Amino acid sequence: MKISKIEKILQASRLFDTAAMDSEVEYAFASDLMSDVLAFALATSLLITGLTNIQIIRTATMLDMTGIVFVRNKRPLEEAIVLAKKLDIPILLCQKSMFETCGLLYQAGLKPCPILHKESS
Amino acid sequence: MSEPLVLELEVKPLDFLAAGETATQFKETLKSLGLPPEICRRAAIVVYEAEMNIVIHGGGGVMRLQVEEDKVTIMAEDEGPGIEDLELAMQEGYSSAPDFIREMGFGAGMGLPNIKRNANELYIDTAPGKGTKLRAVIYLNKGR
Ligand SMILES: Nc1ncnc2c1ncn2[C@@H]1O[C@H](COP(=O)(O)OP(=O)(O)O)[C@@H](O)[C@H]1O
Ligand SMILES: [Mg+2]
Repeated sequence: MKISKIEKILQASRLFDTAAMDSEVEYAFASDLMSDVLAFALATSLLITGLTNIQIIRTATMLDMTGIVFVRNKRPLEEAIVLAKKLDIPILLCQKSMFETCGLLYQAGLKPCPILHKESS
Repeated sequence: MSEPLVLELEVKPLDFLAAGETATQFKETLKSLGLPPEICRRAAIVVYEAEMNIVIHGGGGVMRLQVEEDKVTIMAEDEGPGIEDLELAMQEGYSSAPDFIREMGFGAGMGLPNIKRNANELYIDTAPGKGTKLRAVIYLNKGR
């Protein structure tokens, strides 16, 4: 699913325009815990979060994630916006709760990143 | 690549704006060397979590990246308080991070286990009052 389609489903707005809005995602991971994102999120997945600091952008790019949705009407801090533009990672701003955001995207066909434990990986 | 490529960067304590810059630079270097994306990604996770630990727990330190023909080695050294019970620290969910760190999305106690999962080899040399030396090796021809 293209990030631009996710924008429509969530009635979200893009923080800035980029060709990367056409990138495809198949999986999503929703969390306000970046260490959990680093442990479980798949490459080319979508990050859904309500945290706004610069480490959100770093976490997503470290993992080669495709885009970030900020929920609950949160706006990333200025330094986070600057870095996201520099790294060209698409950002959507969404007024819905984390729960509703996830529900809508799950319904539309985005898949969860599997939770692996160290024994099974 | 006959000579190993070595990159060394200083990491400042409790500087959350700069935290992650080392990981970003190391990852860029690995990508520019043409290493496979999955290797770059695993190395980036290891560097980033080790860097966050130096920022949060280690009182600042030094990170080193070494790239050889068959492997990538990541080293993180600090002269901070050290780890009293390493076995406990390696467990998922154990964290001594204060609340303000949690509010920023870190301190879930997943860092060291995640470093272990992404590296093929992990060595940690630490003692209370002596600081912490971490060395993680990722082989280019092995899975994780
Ligand atoms: N460089 C370090 N210096 C001192 N203590 C550390 C260091 N790295 C990790 N630790 C200790 O190990 C614990 C677990 O680390 P980690 O798994 O990365 O989780 P977190 O950083 O989320 O607390 C930390 O909470 C801390 O007590
Ligand atoms: Mg940590």
